[in-house]
Order: sequence, then C-alpha cells, then structure tokens
Amino acid sequence: MYRYDEFDHDFVQARVAEFSDQVKRRLAGEISEDQFRPLRLMNGVYLQLHAYMLRIAVPYGTLNSRQLRMLGHIARKYDKGYGHFTTRQNLQFHWPALADVPAILADLASVEMHCIQTSGNCIRNVTADHFAGAAADEVADPRPYAEILRQWSSVHPEFSYLPRKFKIAVTGAERDRAAIQAHDIGLHLKKNAAGELGFAVYVGGGLGRTPMIAKKIRDFLPEAQLLSYCTAILRVYNLYGRRDNKYKARIKILVHETGVEEIARQIEAEWQELKDTELKLPEADIAAINAYFAPPALSARPEGDAVVKQARLDSKSFSEWLDQNVVTHRHPDYAAVTISLKGIGEVPGDVTDSQMEAVADIAEKYAFDELRVSHEQNLILPHVARADLKAVYDALVEIGLATANSNLISDIISCPGLDYCSLATARSIPVAQEISRRFASLERQREIGELKLKISGCINACGHHHVGHIGILGVEKKGTELYQVTLGGSADENTSVGEIIGRGFSSEEITDAIEQIVDTYLGLRLNPDERFIDAYRRVGPAPFKEALYAGETKAA
Amino acid sequence: MKVLTANRLSDGIAVWYAAGGWAETVGHADVAHDKAAEDRLEAIGAAAAANNEVLDVNVIDVTIVDGLVEPVRLREKIRAAGPTIHPDLGKQAERAA
Repeated sequence: MYRYDEFDHDFVQARVAEFSDQVKRRLAGEISEDQFRPLRLMNGVYLQLHAYMLRIAVPYGTLNSRQLRMLGHIARKYDKGYGHFTTRQNLQFHWPALADVPAILADLASVEMHCIQTSGNCIRNVTADHFAGAAADEVADPRPYAEILRQWSSVHPEFSYLPRKFKIAVTGAERDRAAIQAHDIGLHLKKNAAGELGFAVYVGGGLGRTPMIAKKIRDFLPEAQLLSYCTAILRVYNLYGRRDNKYKARIKILVHETGVEEIARQIEAEWQELKDTELKLPEADIAAINAYFAPPALSARPEGDAVVKQARLDSKSFSEWLDQNVVTHRHPDYAAVTISLKGIGEVPGDVTDSQMEAVADIAEKYAFDELRVSHEQNLILPHVARADLKAVYDALVEIGLATANSNLISDIISCPGLDYCSLATARSIPVAQEISRRFASLERQREIGELKLKISGCINACGHHHVGHIGILGVEKKGTELYQVTLGGSADENTSVGEIIGRGFSSEEITDAIEQIVDTYLGLRLNPDERFIDAYRRVGPAPFKEALYAGETKAA
Repeated sequence: MKVLTANRLSDGIAVWYAAGGWAETVGHADVAHDKAAEDRLEAIGAAAAANNEVLDVNVIDVTIVDGLVEPVRLREKIRAAGPTIHPDLGKQAERAA
C-alpha cells in the first residue's frame, strides 16, 4: 500500500505542529471560536451533542495493522474505548477532549494518518471499492488513481474554498461497490478496445436533501488525463457553483440547473486548455504510484479446497459465514473476507479498542497486513488464503466479529443520528438495532436474501437512505421522532433513488412496518433468486402501499 | 421556563449554567421564568463565550420534574443524559455510579 515519502511526512508533521499551536492559543483564549472554528474543521474536529468529534481520514479505505492498532490505542487512551467507521470509509471518535487532539494527531502522524480535509468545502477523502486489488472482476486496482487524486487535492490552493464539499469515488469493476453515481465525481476505471486504461466519468451525483444520480459525461477518459479533466470539472464548479445558498451549492445542483449537455460542453472547453499542460500525468508517475500498490506476493495455497471442505463439514456456522461473508478473489487459492461490524443488536460501524487490536493481529498473521474499510461500515481482509479461512473465522468468533450477515437485512448502514450528531433530527442507531434484533435469525435473513437497508437521522443522508433498497429517514415532527420509508433505491451500477412509500412511522411502528414490507416482498417474489430490489422494480410500490396503508384508507 | 447550556471549551462536554458556574448536569441549572431572566441568561452565555470558557451557547426550554430541571426537546434530553444506546456513557453513567 501507499507509503509516505519525505514530502508527505514533512507536510503532515508541519500540519500537526501548526494545529497544535492553534489549539494551544485557543485554550489560552488568544483566539475566539469564530476564528478557530474553520481551523478545527480543516483538521477534522467537529463539535457534537456530548463532546467534540474527531474524524480521521482513511484514504480509499485502506489500512494496515499498525494503523488499526494505533486507532485502538487512541480509542483506549483518549476516547471511551471505541470508534465508529463511517460511510465515507473514515473513522470517528465521539469523545476526544480538544486539549488531547494535538497528542492524538501526533500519534496518527506516527502511522502515516491524519484528519486533513475530513471537513470543510474542499475535496474530501477519495473513496474506492473496498475489494480493490482483490476483486476477481476488476480491470485494475482503482486505488493508485485515488492516491493520485489525494495528492493533487491535498491543500490544493484553487480548490480549498469550493462552494461546498466535494466527494470523489473510484471503482475498477463493472459491478460498482463504491456507489460512484452518488458522488460529485464518480470514476469507473475501465479498458478500451485497445486495452488501454481510462475512466468513464460521472458528475453531479449526491444524496442529502436533493438526491441526484450522477450523469455520465465521458465514456472513456485516458488515464493520463485524470487530473486535467478533474481540474476542468472543479474549475467549472468553482466558477458557477452557487455560493448564495448552502442548500443549492453542491455540483449536483449546478449540473441539474445547467443541464448535462451544457455542463459537459463547459468542462470540455476548459479541458481543452488543460489537457496538454503539466496536469497530464506522465507514464512514469502513474507507474511509480502503481508500484506502491503492488499486490502482495500470493503464493500458491492449493490445500485450501480440502481445508475448507473439511471445515464446512465440521462447522455449520463456519459454512454459513463462508457463504455470506467471503467473496471470490482474483487468485483462486485466496478469498476476500468481510468482517461484519453489524453484530445482531450492535451499533453499525462501531468497534472497540480491543477488537481493533485483535483484527490488526489477524490481518498481520493471515492477510498480508492489509485491511479495508467499506462504505457499508464493515472491515475487509482483502487477501486471505482459503486454507486460512477457518483460522480467521475462529479468531473472529473469539472477538464477536463473525456475524454472517454481509449484504443481508441486518447489515444495516446507519449514521450516528441524534444519539451523537448535532445536525440529526431523530435517532437512527436504535432503529437499526431493533430491526437487527427483529430479523436476528440468520436462517430468516438468508431466506430474504440480499437486502440493503440504510438509515439516516436527518435529511443530510449520511446513512445513504435514498439508495437503500429500503431506506429510512428519521425526522422530527411535533417534537417526536418520525420515520419515513423509501423503497427501490440502489447504489450499484444501476443506481436509483428510492421513492417515499407513504406517511411516516413512529419509533414504535417502524420495525413492524419494515417487517410488513419484507413479508410483502416474500409473498410476491417470483422465486428465491429474485432479490428485493428486482421484485420492487418489477411490481412497483403498489403492493407495498397496500400492505402498509390499506387498512387506513378503508377506515378513512 | 429556560436554562442556559453550552459545551465546555477544553473538552467539549455539555454543561448548564448553575449557581454562578457551569455544571456538568442539568438538574440544578438556573431557571429563567420570564423574559427578563432569559435575557440575563443569554447575556451570561455571550460573556462566557467571549471569555472562551464555553462554545455553542443556547437557551433551551425545560420543565421541572420531581424538583429537577429536565429539558423539553429530545435532542436536549439526549445531550443531558448521553447516547440512548450507551447507558454506560455520558452523564447518565455518572449519575448511576
């Protein structure tokens, strides 16, 4: 994986020193909150309901064991013994004291981590497919390009005060696991007929109060033009993006109001000025960054088949975990493992200090020291020999992280909601927990099949509810929590925004409503292979509305 | 009825104005029963923010339950107690201890 060079080290150290001084002056009362707020936000320090919150960047969701161990150490020493992985592949601590933040940043810098650009109207952490480098279906590892974007966008002087925040996601496979069409820029790394690498470029996607699916503005951009073209997009956005209204300031609104053809024309015109400049990536530079992401040397481990076969016979729970949480690797002797952070009734994305350390040990011992954070708030071991899967499973069982529910109804994305967040209008985690408990039976979950349930505690949609097969949005109505349900959303290569199904539900009603939706689906699907989303697309909302509200209509 | 609340500068912990200082629990916060008292609380909050003791100063609605101050809105109830999903964390844990 990428390692800091001298420049990166010096840059991060300088930033730690600068922010430490700013914190010191703030605590001494030499600078006001108005002066300090933009400075702390640039360094990932938010204020929430109970305390400050520190958001740590995990570039394209890639971690090594040393880094995860350090996160565990910080959780124990400076926080309350746990951290929360987010839908942006980052980690948040919910209780740090401002006075401790300089020490935390110094600890992070010692393992090549930081909190730079995890807030503010700049280019945020670039996210990527969590199976990058391992997936059997990818054309190439998207992370080197995400790293090139990270280097280019870090304290980019022209793009540090954009009209609003800006999010870029990259996938290297046709099957989109990075939700690229829900991002300001989505990049699909692909090959053209000549076998050359390049990108399909999507622009103007986003969730929040005005969900929009990104529009494809270029089918194939040569890889060398990654930065020139992204610069052209950012320039057009920086010039014409609306700064008069925070709610209309994202590029999705600009694309929508300008029209995709006109915005593509403007970007193209800007790009013509840039494509032959120093922004064109030299082959040697691309190769140098790619070298950092050289895959681990995966030696042949053909004994895996026999080991797995025997372990399946010995343990039903291992067999279920294998079926659900282990996916095909590009190397036939290896597999990629999803470590579910969605134990039944647990807080989605939360992990304790000792779990972090234990997972780091597992990664070091069995997974070439590599870990990924998924935007679905799970951890991934991208390279595990099939022969070692049982040992990994046993180690995960010991720390309570072997729940076999990847892609099932209890694998819920949930934002922190009103339990922590000062923007939230309703709680989201307790709703996730109750639904998880209701569907606790793995047998029942497997019968239901793939079902993406996503919950946000406010309209800002950090929990991606718009693109959940079932989405839940918590709002405050007349002083109480009300949960609005959307159906038919999806965040893959066939991205769609869910439709509101009808009136909202109280916190007492919401789990029953979800169960009714699921039962309705089970009753109408053509066969067990027809997933919830496919069935919904076939039949539309009517049967679900009927099941949820028919009694009311008749009564009224 | 209103009380004055904020977060403490050094650690961000939620605090309420009580008896001339900032308390870590809401129960005995100074209650404003009229507009004049509310204005006084707001002035105290503005001065404390200007003096860099606290940030995010707000005056919030409360009621009295069993002789103790209790916030009205769910958001403020959660701020006063801690995350509802973690009874072992926040003020609620300290109260139980």
